[in-house]
Amino acid sequence: MTTLTIDGHVVETDEKDMPLLWFLRDKLQKTGTRFGCGKGLCGTCTVLVDNHAVRSCQFPVFALDGKKVTTIEGLSEHGDHPLQKAWQEKNVPQCGYCQGGQILSAVALLNSDPNPTDEAIDNAMVGNICRCGTYGRIREAIKSVQGGSQ
Amino acid sequence: MNTVSSFNRRDFLRLSGVTCSGLILGFSAEAETSSPENFNPDVFLTLEPSGTIHIYAHRSEMGTGIRTVLPMVVADELGADWDDVDIRQATGDKKFGSQNTDGSRSIWKFFDRMRTAGATAGFLLNQAAAARWNVDPSTCRRDASHVIHKASGKRIAFKELVGEAAKLPLPKADELTFKAPEERTYIGKGKKVVDFADMVSGKAVFGADIRLPNMLFAVVERSPVLGAKWKDFDKEAPLKVKGVNQVVTITPYKAPHAFQALGGIAVLADHTHAAIKGREKLNTQWGTSEHDHYDSDAYRDELLATAEKEGTVVRHKGDYKEAIKGLTTHSASYYTPHLLHQPMEPPVATADFKDGRCIVWAPTQNPQAAQDAVAAALEIPASQVTVHVTLLGGGFGRKSKPDYVAEAALLSQKVGRPVQVVWTREDDIQHDYFHSVAALKLEAGLDKKGYPEAWSMRTVFPSISSTFAEGVVQASAGEMGLGFSDLPFDVPHILCENGPAPAHVRIGWLRSVANIQHAFAIHSFVDELAAKAGIDPLAYLNRVIGRDRKIDLKAEGADYPNYGAPLEKYPVDTARLKHVLNTAAKDADWGRQLPVGQGQGIAVHRSFLSYIAIAVRVRVLGRKVVIEQVDLAIDCGLAVHPERIRSQMEGSVVFGISLAMMGKATMKNGAVDQSNFHDAPVARITDAKTKINVTLVQSEAPPGGVGEPGVPPFAPALCNAIFAATGKRVRSLPIKEHDLSEA
Ligand code: FES
Ligand code: FES
Repeated sequence: MTTLTIDGHVVETDEKDMPLLWFLRDKLQKTGTRFGCGKGLCGTCTVLVDNHAVRSCQFPVFALDGKKVTTIEGLSEHGDHPLQKAWQEKNVPQCGYCQGGQILSAVALLNSDPNPTDEAIDNAMVGNICRCGTYGRIREAIKSVQGGSQ
Repeated sequence: MNTVSSFNRRDFLRLSGVTCSGLILGFSAEAETSSPENFNPDVFLTLEPSGTIHIYAHRSEMGTGIRTVLPMVVADELGADWDDVDIRQATGDKKFGSQNTDGSRSIWKFFDRMRTAGATAGFLLNQAAAARWNVDPSTCRRDASHVIHKASGKRIAFKELVGEAAKLPLPKADELTFKAPEERTYIGKGKKVVDFADMVSGKAVFGADIRLPNMLFAVVERSPVLGAKWKDFDKEAPLKVKGVNQVVTITPYKAPHAFQALGGIAVLADHTHAAIKGREKLNTQWGTSEHDHYDSDAYRDELLATAEKEGTVVRHKGDYKEAIKGLTTHSASYYTPHLLHQPMEPPVATADFKDGRCIVWAPTQNPQAAQDAVAAALEIPASQVTVHVTLLGGGFGRKSKPDYVAEAALLSQKVGRPVQVVWTREDDIQHDYFHSVAALKLEAGLDKKGYPEAWSMRTVFPSISSTFAEGVVQASAGEMGLGFSDLPFDVPHILCENGPAPAHVRIGWLRSVANIQHAFAIHSFVDELAAKAGIDPLAYLNRVIGRDRKIDLKAEGADYPNYGAPLEKYPVDTARLKHVLNTAAKDADWGRQLPVGQGQGIAVHRSFLSYIAIAVRVRVLGRKVVIEQVDLAIDCGLAVHPERIRSQMEGSVVFGISLAMMGKATMKNGAVDQSNFHDAPVARITDAKTKINVTLVQSEAPPGGVGEPGVPPFAPALCNAIFAATGKRVRSLPIKEHDLSEA
């Protein structure tokens, strides 16, 4: 039995090697975390595990025993985390599909480095593909909340 | 376009199901309110007595903002307060007209139609208010969901008038009046995209987010080579995977493949992970196919050889062969590989077949085509198929081909339960409708100063038509009109030809389609000619485009479809072309001194009725190409939503970076070599470091396309910049395959 906390709820499961991505989407019906490659290559499935950005398609559920998982649905109660607000303010999304993962990577970045340089932003965000090409605005949105994240 | 729908307003819309926030659990076919008190003057619009104004978005949202922008046009003309507007996504239904969200035409095709919807409702509301006040309706105006009598200042809310307005006869087209441009409240200014809040909080509903009771998840094993059938597979092994429910087959398509399901072996499970794991155990043996020997490297040589031979003439102006005699000539060949769509959301669809009816939910660019594809697959009438359109996690042309929707429907029919078909990234890449591989040969005869007197070009690529008919080897007139037969240069003798090329994989349209290869070759070649003449490329290009004129392509020997738009309304206007060219050049500070290893390049291209120029500055370090600056100028006519136009331009440049720097798919023994983002990379944030500067040119012209036309000029502008920096001419894509360090 694996016990983990997901968006503030304690979840117990006997699933073992099911990746967290599919556990969230197909078992818990939490579909805000999205599938893009299944191989750790695109960042679309990013969640926070104990405040670090991880690719949920690469983490089997059993490896998360005792961990605290935050998905984009649990990042804030009303979708009003400073980065979620900045994303709307700067009109970042196009199709929107990658943006949950982008935001969570940015949250992890600002948690560890509240005033990141361009290079630090590149390093934190390089794993998140946006096929619509919203990178410029992602960068702007992150910069607009520098130091302002929780 | 200004005709009022003859839709019977008592036959209220029943557009239920998908809203774009919140999960959908179950489905109610009659969920829509059809209260007789509603006012439904047009198929796109319903006003409720509560004050809510429902506007139907009939085009698919894949990132352009169209779900916001077209309803915004209705609301503006109606005089609605945007806060009162509730946008509903239409199901696939011919009563809305074309819903094929493709070809960058949502705005130019529906701008007038949306204004008509708003004006029709507004006309009736004015009449209802005027009758109450006993005044002339023409003395009333509308604002913030109120009718206002100008002289007295009396105001009344729309919601008070709904019952009366609903009883009035619909106006005739010539009775309608429209706002003057300066009276517009939303058009030209824009509103925040309505889906942002859901997109940033994980609540937005994309294709894979549909959850139905009793639903199975399916992945399908399809033949690695187009057209092969399975000989054998292990039916039992997948069932041993925990969660796998059953293994069933989908009958292979009958040629031509068009939008049919490819066919294959489906593993259905309680969750996606089990379906994926189960499929790995199938151990399928595939039979042979006529495409087994397709090798895209060998095919490249074949296409380049074909481009050396005379082809079918698609445009002839003057007498090229006579004119070329005695002139100095320059020629070059260009090549672009197969390209992939790779939307972040791979294809996915959900279907529920019951009692001869099929309801599907899909991220589709073309719900009516999906409806037809499902009906044909299941052999039921299209009237028995309902297609709900979710948000699309990117489309780029892939999702206007509903093969994946047909798969879901066939599986649901077969297993008698709702089924969601999930495509993995590997499935997406290996079973794409690939952008055509292409070869071009260009030749110019030059005058004494080095300007072209005669220009010929030949394009060779497997046609999209091969997807719809067997044995097609020639491109369609539509494809020839994508930046080829419409060459906008002032050259006395022009010859454009098309050479034959058979298809060995599914060919489909990708964002900006054949403009990709045509713009790359033409705008690289003109840069070559400028270099040969020793003339600044910008000055050279201005001169080659020539005097201000609207090009009469018919008189110049081309049968030009102009994206389906009338040439009188949307001419090929060289003044606009030069204006964006010189605007981008000015923004780029064209011609300034640059350090060694840097260079500027420029290209300008009209496509999808819009004019776009891009100037690029690069720094080349060994093999590394660093894009330092991008200046884009667009004239798309009336800019209905400037912020979303800018966002599309930025995205187009990044799409251009992907295809120019690294984009390609290759095939060996008929099968695709690439499988995921490690070997089929697309641009990441580190590939798009520079800010993309976009200038929207003020224009009185009617609105043109926006989603695609930013893509074609990027690759040639970049390659021209690389030439300026290094002296190396890139004549084939992607750039990363060239060693630029050895000049
Ligand atoms: S889906 Fe997990 S990184 Fe792409
Ligand atoms: S917004 Fe579409 S993939 Fe990023």
